[in-house]
Amino acid sequence: MADVNKGARPLSPHISIYRPQINSITSIINRITGVSMSLAAVLMVWWLLAAATSASYFDFVNGLLTSWLGLLVMLGSLWALWFHFLGGVRHLVMDFGYGYEIKSVDFWGWAIIALSLVLTTASIICLSTF
Amino acid sequence: MTYKTDMGRVKGLGTAKEGTHEWWIGRLTAVALIPLTLCFIWKVAPLIGGSHADVLAAFQSPLTSITTILFIMIAFIHLAGGLQEVIVDYIHGKAMLVVLLVSTKLLCWGMGFAGAFAVAKIAFGA
Repeated sequence: MADVNKGARPLSPHISIYRPQINSITSIINRITGVSMSLAAVLMVWWLLAAATSASYFDFVNGLLTSWLGLLVMLGSLWALWFHFLGGVRHLVMDFGYGYEIKSVDFWGWAIIALSLVLTTASIICLSTF
Repeated sequence: MTYKTDMGRVKGLGTAKEGTHEWWIGRLTAVALIPLTLCFIWKVAPLIGGSHADVLAAFQSPLTSITTILFIMIAFIHLAGGLQEVIVDYIHGKAMLVVLLVSTKLLCWGMGFAGAFAVAKIAFGA
């Protein structure tokens, strides 16, 4: 089939046509959390470089990360990390062909959202206690 | 009338030029990051906001240093692949595409190396 109908081929509906569903929501959140963790990754490298440089420079960067804005970024990044972690594990499981039934998709979609919030809260409690 | 097959017509036209290799590296690094992320949250995250001496002391442990270096390097490889996937999906101009693909990849490599170097420097005695 060398001749292709370039004109009147059916077009996939655009994103705005679809009603948001839990699988499309978790999919885009996984992508957003992944991209937005770029900031935390760069901050972590900066923090480690500061620790390798001097005590005074470490105190400066450490102070920035624990300012109210810094803590807000750290909190968001911690949640992003847990969500992306759970979403990633789910993707790996799905790569083996499991979890494609609608019931399973709906359940695990909500489950990773809930679990990410639970793990974020749990790790903050651990971080502030120890 | 063209006699090229469908496969012949599309080969080499993908934006990233390769498909399965990028996909495979994404999965491979994801698997590696499962234990490494847990180690990082357990060993390094509690040091944020702590004292300089605590950070220096923590990286005297080979286990903490090695898992942190691996975490940083593999996380940046994973990030580079993920950013590439997002960029080829959303950026359509050829020049902008090349600029973004090259700059994100180089920045990720640089950041990954810098983070690993920082940990190694502390571990070997800053």
